[in-house]
Amino acid sequence: MNPTFRTEAGTLVVQMPAQGIHPSWLARPLAESGFAPDGASVLRVEAAEDWRWGSVEAAFLARVVHELGREIGEPALVGVPAELKKLLALATIPPTLNSGAKPASSWITGVGLRVRQDLRALCTFIAMLGEVVRLLPRFAMARAKVRGAEVLETLAESSSRALAIVAVVNLLIGAILAFVGAVQLRRFGAGIYVADLVGIASVRELTPIATAIVLAGRTGASFAARIATMQGNEEIDALTTLGVSPIEFLVLPRVIALTLLMPLLYVYGCAFAILGGMWVSAPILDLSSAAYLVELREAVGGANFAIGGLKAVVFGALVALLGCHYGLQADRSAAGVGYATTNAVVASIVAIIALDAVFAVCANALDV
Amino acid sequence: MDAHAGSRIAIDNVTVGYGTRPVQSGISARIEKGEVFAIVGDSGSGKSTLMKTMAGLIPAQSGQILFDGHTLEACMQKGAPPFGILFQSGALWSSMTVLENVTLPMDLQSYSIASARAELARFKLALVGLAGDEHRYPASLSGGMRKRAALARALALDPAILFLDEPSAGLDPLTSRRLDELVLSLRDGLGITVVLVTHELESLYSIADRMIFLDGEAHRPVAIGSPAELARSADSRKVRDFLARRGGVAVEHTGAIG
Repeated sequence: MNPTFRTEAGTLVVQMPAQGIHPSWLARPLAESGFAPDGASVLRVEAAEDWRWGSVEAAFLARVVHELGREIGEPALVGVPAELKKLLALATIPPTLNSGAKPASSWITGVGLRVRQDLRALCTFIAMLGEVVRLLPRFAMARAKVRGAEVLETLAESSSRALAIVAVVNLLIGAILAFVGAVQLRRFGAGIYVADLVGIASVRELTPIATAIVLAGRTGASFAARIATMQGNEEIDALTTLGVSPIEFLVLPRVIALTLLMPLLYVYGCAFAILGGMWVSAPILDLSSAAYLVELREAVGGANFAIGGLKAVVFGALVALLGCHYGLQADRSAAGVGYATTNAVVASIVAIIALDAVFAVCANALDV
Repeated sequence: MDAHAGSRIAIDNVTVGYGTRPVQSGISARIEKGEVFAIVGDSGSGKSTLMKTMAGLIPAQSGQILFDGHTLEACMQKGAPPFGILFQSGALWSSMTVLENVTLPMDLQSYSIASARAELARFKLALVGLAGDEHRYPASLSGGMRKRAALARALALDPAILFLDEPSAGLDPLTSRRLDELVLSLRDGLGITVVLVTHELESLYSIADRMIFLDGEAHRPVAIGSPAELARSADSRKVRDFLARRGGVAVEHTGAIG
C-alpha cells in the first residue's frame, strides 16, 4: 500500500503498489515515502501490469509531478498510462498540502477590517436616509418614480396580517403591567393608580416599542429578504439600468407605508394594552371599568400620546429603512438573504431601544 | 432487466413529466460506458426533465431507468449515487468556499478517509483549472469558473456517470469550448459516461458521440444517433433543420418533409 521512490541515473522511479495507494498518503509529506529528486528529469512509474489507478493515485502522481517540476521544470513521464497522462496534464497546477491556504491575518487586522466594514455600512445607511428625505417632497408632489400600488400593497401586507399579533402582544403587556402594579399598589391602598401605571407605561413607552419590534420581526425581515432576493436575481440591476434609483422605487414606498402605518398600529396597540390592564385589574382590585377609565384619562395626557405617536412614526421609518438597507447591501447568494434578514431584525431591535433612550433623555430635558 | 445489463444506462419506455402531465413519453435508449450522449430538443421539450428523471429528482411516470442493470434505488442502497450532476446554474452552495463545496459530498458519503478528502478535492479543482481558488466563495467567481467548480463538485465522488445540464449556458464561445474540451479530457482520463443536455450545436458536434432528439410538439423522441448521421439522414425534417443551423445560420435545406 506504500509507494516507494528510488533514483536511477537522472530518473526518479516511483513504484506503485499493486493494490493501489492508501488515501492517507495524500495527507502525508512526500519525503515520508522516500521522495528525493536528486536532479531527476524523468519520472518513471513502475506498476504491475494489472495496475488500476483511480483518483487517489492520480492525485498522488500530480503532487509528485508538481514537486519535481519545482526542482527541474516539467519532468518527462515514462510508464504512465495515456489516460492518466491526460489527467496529469489537465492538473497543470497540482495541489500540494499547503496550497491555497488562507492568508494568515492577525486579530487586530480582523477587528480593523470589521470596524471599517461597519463604518462603511453606517455611511451607506446615512446616505440612504438622506436620499429618502430628499425624495419626500417629490413623492408629496406625486413626481417620484413610485408605484402607488407598491405603497398600498406594502400597507396591506404590513397591516391586516399584523393586527392579530400586535393585539395579542399589547394585550399581554397591559395585563402584565396591571398584574405587577396591582399586587404592589394594593399594599399601599393605592390600587386605583394601576390605571396610571398601565396608561403611562404603555402609551408612552411599551406600546411603541413592542409594536415596532413586532413590525421589525415581521415586516422589516420581509423587506430585507425580498430586496436581498431581488439583488441576487439581478432585478435591482435591471432597475438601475432603466435609470430608476432602487432607493426611489423600492425603499421610498416602504418607508412611507410603514411611517403611515405605525401610528395607526400604535393607537390600536394602546387600546389593547389598556384593555389588558382593565381586564386584569378589575378582578384583582375590584375596580370598575368606569373608575379605571376615568383615572386613566386623567393620568394619560395629550403629551404622552404625542410622545408615543412620535416614537411610532420614527420607529416605523427606522424599521423600513433598516430592512431595506440590509436587503440592498446583501450578497448575491442564498446565505446573503439569510444574513440580511437576521441583521435587519437585530439592528432594528437595537436601534429601537437605543432611540427610545434618546427620546427619554430629550423628553426629560424638555420636561415633557 | 437482462436486455440492458451490459449498458451503463438503460432507459426503457420511460414517460417523464410533472404531476400527472406527461412531457415526453416512449423514451428508450441505451448509453454505453465512456459514451458522451446528448439530450437535444426544442425549448420546453423536456430535456432537463428527462435528465432530472434519470437522476431521480423527478419520478418517472412509467418505464424504468437502470444503471449497470440496477435501479437508482438499488444503487443508493449500496451507497452514493452512480452519477455526479452539473446543474445549469452551477448550484454551488453559496455559504461555502469552492473547496468546501467539493469536500462536502465526500464528507456526507464518508468517501475515502477524512485526512485525504481535502487533497482529493484540491486535485479535482486542479483538474478543472481552479487550483489556487479553493478559498474563494461562489459569489466571487465568474460564470465559467462557477461552472468549472460545479464540475469539480460533480466529480467529487468519482462517479461513473456525469450529468451535465446545459453546461455551455451563459458562457462565451471560447469558455464553452474549453469546457467541452475539459469534459472530453475527463471522459478519456477517467472513463466517465457523460450525459448532457444542450442546444449548443458547436458543443453537440464537438463532443457528443450520440444524441436523442425530443420533439416538444409530438411529446416523444423522434431521432437517436450520431449528430452528423442525423444531420444527413434523420427521418424528421425538424431534426435535420435543427442540426443544420450551425453558427446561427440556417444551412439550405432541400430534403423532403420528415
